[in-house]
Amino acid sequence: MPDTLFAFQDVTVAGAGRPRLDAVSVAIPASGITAVAGPSGAGKSTLLRCCNRLEAPASGVVRYRGEDIAAREPLAHRREVGMVFQAPVVFPGTVADNLLVADPGASRERMAAVLLRAALDPQTYLDRDAATLSGGEAQRACLARTLATGPRVLLADEPTSALDEAATAELEQLMRKLADEGFPVLLVTHDEGQLARLADHVVRLAGGHVVDSEEVWRGTD
Amino acid sequence: MGRTDIGVAGLALSLTLVAIAIVISRREQLRLERDMVVSVARSLVQLLIVAAALELIVKDSTPLFWSWLWVAAIVVFAAVTTRRRAPQLPGVLAIALFANGITALAGLGLAFGLGIFPVEGRTVVPVAGMITGNSMKSCVVVAQMLASLVAERRPDIEARLALGLRGVDAARPIVRQALRVAISPQIENTKALGIVFLPGAMTGLILAGVKPVDAVLVQLALMWIILGAVVVTTAATALIGTRRLFTTDERLIPVARSTADE
Repeated sequence: MPDTLFAFQDVTVAGAGRPRLDAVSVAIPASGITAVAGPSGAGKSTLLRCCNRLEAPASGVVRYRGEDIAAREPLAHRREVGMVFQAPVVFPGTVADNLLVADPGASRERMAAVLLRAALDPQTYLDRDAATLSGGEAQRACLARTLATGPRVLLADEPTSALDEAATAELEQLMRKLADEGFPVLLVTHDEGQLARLADHVVRLAGGHVVDSEEVWRGTD
Repeated sequence: MGRTDIGVAGLALSLTLVAIAIVISRREQLRLERDMVVSVARSLVQLLIVAAALELIVKDSTPLFWSWLWVAAIVVFAAVTTRRRAPQLPGVLAIALFANGITALAGLGLAFGLGIFPVEGRTVVPVAGMITGNSMKSCVVVAQMLASLVAERRPDIEARLALGLRGVDAARPIVRQALRVAISPQIENTKALGIVFLPGAMTGLILAGVKPVDAVLVQLALMWIILGAVVVTTAATALIGTRRLFTTDERLIPVARSTADE
């Protein structure tokens, strides 16, 4: 097992009726793409949200690179552990205005650089009204906005579920590229095809429990 | 001074428009008939009690303490009303109590400090009522708007939190929207002053024999005090309320969608 990025130790997150995560213990490796899979209501998004402190466990500990994340300064932690959501949420204004929310002092050159990392042509997109973007463009703009904070990890909560096939393929390529550059990606998905295409490691959840955690053999070595 | 002996028959006839409103409500199935009847009945009972109490308070022999106690009751009632209408906003009772209390005191301080009215039982309670009555309306609107916008636009707020913004910064666009909606009616009221409606204090003073120019000056000062009080109360409620929506580690707490009974 490579270095651990996140370690969940007996983590329980309360929910209405039953816990959304129930005494979960699992290790997320610090490289490649780790897919979190499972049926609806399994606790996949909750696990992801615990990683950047949008959720707090009722009990148990989540460690990030060995450090209890509850002891980390939450805003700095969120900038280091970036997150893109299921439905792209673009803010009012241009794409540049969106990037400035993440990095208020960013120069146009820096903004252009993050757009390129998200496969968006700066000349076409930087001054474009974000409300006019297609679903796939909006999700890539959200990815660029997340990258603008200078994160070291990417959390992606079913980021392709609202996209068409072509936009899904583009975003998958981007996540693969980031992972290959040494940028760990934690991806929630219920798409077994996507899991087969992307995952280097799989954590399967059901009913708030981890039912499986395994490395995926890609036959490259 | 003109006669004001409206009589029971006159009072009953003044309900003509309400009767028409009830007919419209029934025809259009608005289900507001009961609320209208209750509001008419409540206003009758409440104002008769108020009239009886004011009779006691305005007497020269009655200590001013009772007037101030009444002012405190007005502020508490405004806070309780805000809590009842916007229970989704955490800690709204204490917030509304603080915001309405501060602005009632500041408004009364200005009204009496500027010598608009003498500090007497017959002035303290009505002026406090005007200030807090208007502030309460905006306070309720902003608290309801805030809770409902936060529930509705949670993904937007969490997307900003995920970028490392503080809760109050993440909620700022929503707070601005709620404030604009809550404060705009009072601004429009002030703009329409003298064109659409002649406000009560001015009309009352003119009917009481005060020169129209003097009555207008008093009314202007009052309206500006009320406008300021509304803006400060509403802003304080929204800004303090926003802080209560986030935990100390900058997580957005669950907020139920508004089910206000308006």
